[in-house]
Parts: sequence; structure tokens; C-alpha cells
Amino acid sequence: MSIEISRVTTAPAPRGSFLRANPSVLWFMGLLGLFTLGVTILSEGFGIGAISTNLVKILGMTLCLCLIAIAMDVVWGYCGILSLGHFAFFGLGGYAIGMWLMYARTEIVIRDSLGRGTIPPTELEVAEGVAAQIFGVVGSSELPLIWSFAGSLPFQLAMVVLVPGLLALVFGWLAFRSRVTGVYLSILTQAMTLALALYLFQNDTGLRGNNGLSGLQNIPGYQHVPQSVISMWFFWASAVALGAGYLLFAWVVSGKFGSVIRAIRDNEARVRFLGYNVEGYKLFVFTITAVISGIAGALYYPQAGIINPAEIAPIASIYLAVWVAIGGRGRLYGAVIGAASVSLLSSWLTGGGAPNIDLGLFRIVWTDWWLVFLGLGFVAVTLFFPKGMGGLFDYLVRKKP
Amino acid sequence: MSTLLEVSGVSVTFDGFRAINNLSIAIGEPELRAVIGPNGAGKTTFMDIVTGKTRPDTGKVLWGERSIDLLKLSESQIAKAGVGRKFQKPTVFEDQSVHDNLAMALKNKRGPFSVLIWKAAESDRARIVELAEEIGLSDRLAHRAGDLSHGQKQWLEIGMLLAQDPRLLLVDEPAAGMTPAEREHTTDLLKRAAKTRAVVVIEHDMEFIRRLECRVTVLHEGAVLAEGSLDHVTKNQQVIDVYLGR
Repeated sequence: MSIEISRVTTAPAPRGSFLRANPSVLWFMGLLGLFTLGVTILSEGFGIGAISTNLVKILGMTLCLCLIAIAMDVVWGYCGILSLGHFAFFGLGGYAIGMWLMYARTEIVIRDSLGRGTIPPTELEVAEGVAAQIFGVVGSSELPLIWSFAGSLPFQLAMVVLVPGLLALVFGWLAFRSRVTGVYLSILTQAMTLALALYLFQNDTGLRGNNGLSGLQNIPGYQHVPQSVISMWFFWASAVALGAGYLLFAWVVSGKFGSVIRAIRDNEARVRFLGYNVEGYKLFVFTITAVISGIAGALYYPQAGIINPAEIAPIASIYLAVWVAIGGRGRLYGAVIGAASVSLLSSWLTGGGAPNIDLGLFRIVWTDWWLVFLGLGFVAVTLFFPKGMGGLFDYLVRKKP
Repeated sequence: MSTLLEVSGVSVTFDGFRAINNLSIAIGEPELRAVIGPNGAGKTTFMDIVTGKTRPDTGKVLWGERSIDLLKLSESQIAKAGVGRKFQKPTVFEDQSVHDNLAMALKNKRGPFSVLIWKAAESDRARIVELAEEIGLSDRLAHRAGDLSHGQKQWLEIGMLLAQDPRLLLVDEPAAGMTPAEREHTTDLLKRAAKTRAVVVIEHDMEFIRRLECRVTVLHEGAVLAEGSLDHVTKNQQVIDVYLGR
């Protein structure tokens, strides 16, 4: 034993040993690749058609939820900031891409119908037509200022990253600079997402109020491509994003940076006396996870087809924390396991897929009882398995002293 | 010996209680200084002020050749300027290995971006091995810090301080909970450290102070009561009164 330890002492891990030091990353990539391949082979668009396009969309959306879950795990499980507002960033990413999807598709439709007349339509006529089409539902025909560049895909893609990133940067700077921590910070993030949801619910915000943005599953310029194929494109994109996000975060938390943020989680005052600017680190982690959440949202909503302000209600972010807690905080694959299992179980039980249980005197209707079981499960995990489902892997892999 | 730290006319009040009352202390470089005093004399509060944890109501704390005002800096800036601190209760990061604890304390760039791309250079690795040897934890580098004994945690924290390579070391009760052999080792460590830098030690144990063979400052009710060699201050009637009660 002493020989083993002294070897570690004199020869610390050599360079380029990231994957060797983190075997779970390779495992995760392998399983994600196999899963993607399996779904492709079984899909309607590219395979034998054993699983429906609708199910492909649900699986693709689940991958996006796994991506925001690992972001949540980094900010909460590693850095100790219990953010209950990360779904706000997810929703903003969705809105940013949704604006382009809706605008560009409506523009094609308007050009098509106006083009049938004898005189070709002017650009002004097209723009007015698009505005009337999109905003007729909220009783307006003016294009709001924030839609000025909605016709430009590169601009809206930049917004997917910039809007959540800047909001997180400004909010985080104000909150961390005042040294708001713990429960107070959680409440503050809840207030942020609630305020944003209420703001978006208003018709004059310019994002169609409670109607939200719809028809997002139709990709402008690809109207002829069936949904069975488009759903696979988004599924692949979601899988690539999850893989890349996993690699990025695994790298971020593996080195000295991970060491510092875990130290901040455990005793931030002590980290200050070591000379680290704790607020800067928190802001960095908060912002980068917000950006990844925005990207996850931008991939999720084209698969969901619709986004409205209810999506970023405070409860969504609380669910996110529940997924990560059930899956296991402080390990990235734990967050993936939690998000995937709980969200898939939820759509199975609430979607009528599960048979109701008749107990004679009493009937368990899953759509009603699901949340009760989720709540009980959460309490049970917190009390009996503080490491979550991911903690089970510790029994499989014997850890060295 | 030039003056490194100059605390002058500092007062702090907590809810009407005057914890520090017009305190003035100057520490040279290099110097080993012991600060003693009965409970509530303001010893720990003095360290809190120097490290930026507590802001005084009045007074000045000046640092270094250019007389920088430490009161204007944040905790992390003060630490970066060269003030290291060891707490009364050993505070190491229990969830992480001894190696990672030391690596975090190493004198390197502290910004998020530089830390993100940081790779241990040959000199960093050598320094960690050297430090581990100095604090007697060479065979524990890969262990969780939480698994160490109380005395080993104290040493790890001292090792982290040395890794920071501070110009001023503030050490709060380093020998608490240590065996006699461990105490002796700690005295040697502090004396060696004080050859190249300023070290301020707060301690209750007179035997420990005697072995340090250094200048002693006695605090009482937030002010300096006496200063000088241990023999000198223990002969002081006021000090005897404070310690033995009137």
C-alpha cells in the first residue's frame, strides 16, 4: 500500500490524462453514441420505423433537459449555488430561436400569397403582412422593436447565447457582489424567473403574451421535408450538444478550477483568504451555465413546437433542482440519470401511458398522483440516498483510498 | 528589519462592546511575534481586521514599503498582497485530497480564466512534494484531507499557508489539540518560516511561547498592555494582575 501511495506522490498525473482521470466521460460518450445509433436505426425517418416520430421528439427533448441538468449540477452540485431560475435562461434561448422560426416561416407564407397577385409585393407590404399575421392574435399589426432582426438566423442564433448570458452576467454580478448566498440567493433567482414569466405574459412585451410562439417544428425553407426526418435532425443535434456540453463541463470541473469551485461550495470564506476572488468564480460559473441552458432551450423548443411564458414559471426550475438531487449532485452523469428518468417517467405517467391502478376502494389515477409520488421520491432520496441514483455507481466502482 | 505591517489607533465596537480599543502594533520583516492575552482580549479580532474580515470603526492598517491601506482592499486582495492566515479551528477542504488542497494554495495566478487552463508545471509539483515533506504528510498526498487527524489537519493548513508564500503569516492557536511531539515540530516550522518572513502567533500555552523565543505582545481589553521578551512581560505587575485576577 505504501508503495502505491508513494508512486502517486512522486509522479502526479501526467499531461493529457483528462480521459484517463475521468473514465466516466468515455463511458458516457460511448453510451450516448450507442443510444443515438439505436434511435436512428429504429426511427421512421432513417430506419425501420419501430418508434414513432413523436417518441423521437420526446427523446430529443429529453436530451436537451439532460443538458440543462448538467449545467444545473455544475452551478449547484459543484459550486453550491442553488439557482432556482435556470429555466429562465432555457426559455430565453427557446424564444430567441423561436422568433426566427416564426418570422421566417410566416415571411415565406406571406410572399407566397402576395406573389399570386399581378404586381410583385414591396418589401414594406411583406413586412406589414408578416407583422399582421404574427401579431393579429394579440390585436396588433406592428412589428415590435425586438423583432427588428428576427428574419436573420445568424442574429437570432447569437441572441440564443447573448440574451441568457447577459442576463446571467448582470443578475449574477448584482447578487454575488452583495454577497447574497444560500436561501436568499435561491429566492432571488426564483423572483427573477417569476418576474420574467410575468413580463412575457403581457401582450405588449412583443412576444405574443400567453399565446407564446408556435409552429416552431416547421423549419423555414424545409417545408417539403417530413417531420420524421426533421425530428431526427434535431435529435442528432441534441445528442451532439449534450455530448459537447458534457465534455466541456467535465473538463471545467476536473482540474484546479473544479477544485476551487468545490472549495467555494464547502467554505467560501476560507477560499477568500487563499486569495481567490470568490464572486468572480461564481459569476463565471453562473454565466457559462446560463449560456449552455440557453443553447439547450434553443434545441428543445423546435422539437416541442411551441413555447409560452408558462414554460419559465418558477416550478420548472424547481423541477430541475429535483432532477439533479434525485440523480445525484456533484457528478455529471448523476444529473443526466436524474433528468432523463424523472422527465421520461413523468411524460409516461401523465401522458396516459401507464395503466391506472384499481385498489377497490380507491383508484390511483397517475395524472393526479404522479406529483405526489415524485414528492415522496424526492423526500426519500434526500433522507436515505443523499448521493442520489448516481451514488449507486460507487458500489460498482471500488474507489481507491 | 523594516516595518511590514503597521496597525495604528484601531477601534472596533460590536453592539456597544469595544472589542478593540485604540490598538497599535507594528510587525517587522522578518520577525516572529507572539500575541497573548486572556479570553476576549481581542486577539482574533486583530487578525480579522488585518485580513479584511472585520472593518474597524477608526484607525489605520498600513502594509509594505508603499504603505498600502489594507482597509481599502477585499479579503482576496489582502491575501494576494501577501497576508496568509491560519484559523483557530483547522479549516482545510475535507472533501479534497491533501495534494489538491496544497495545489489550490500554491502561489499562482488566481483569476478564473488562468485557473481554468492551469496545468501543474514541474516546479509546482516539486514544490508540493517539498511542502508535504516539511509538514510530514508525504505519504498522505492522495488522501482525503477529511481523513487526517486533528494535528495533521493543522499542519496541512500551515502547509497551505507556506504554499501561498505570504510575507506575513497570521497563525491562530497552531498548537491546539496537538501532542507534545507535534507541538515541537510546529515550533520548529514556525521558527524556520520566521527567518524569511513575518510570523504572528496567537497562543494560550506559555510553554509553547517560551519555545518560540520571540518578542511577545500582551493584549488586554482590546489594547496593548505590555510588549517585550517573555521574561520581561511576565514580570510586569499589570500582566500578572490580568492573568491571575485582582
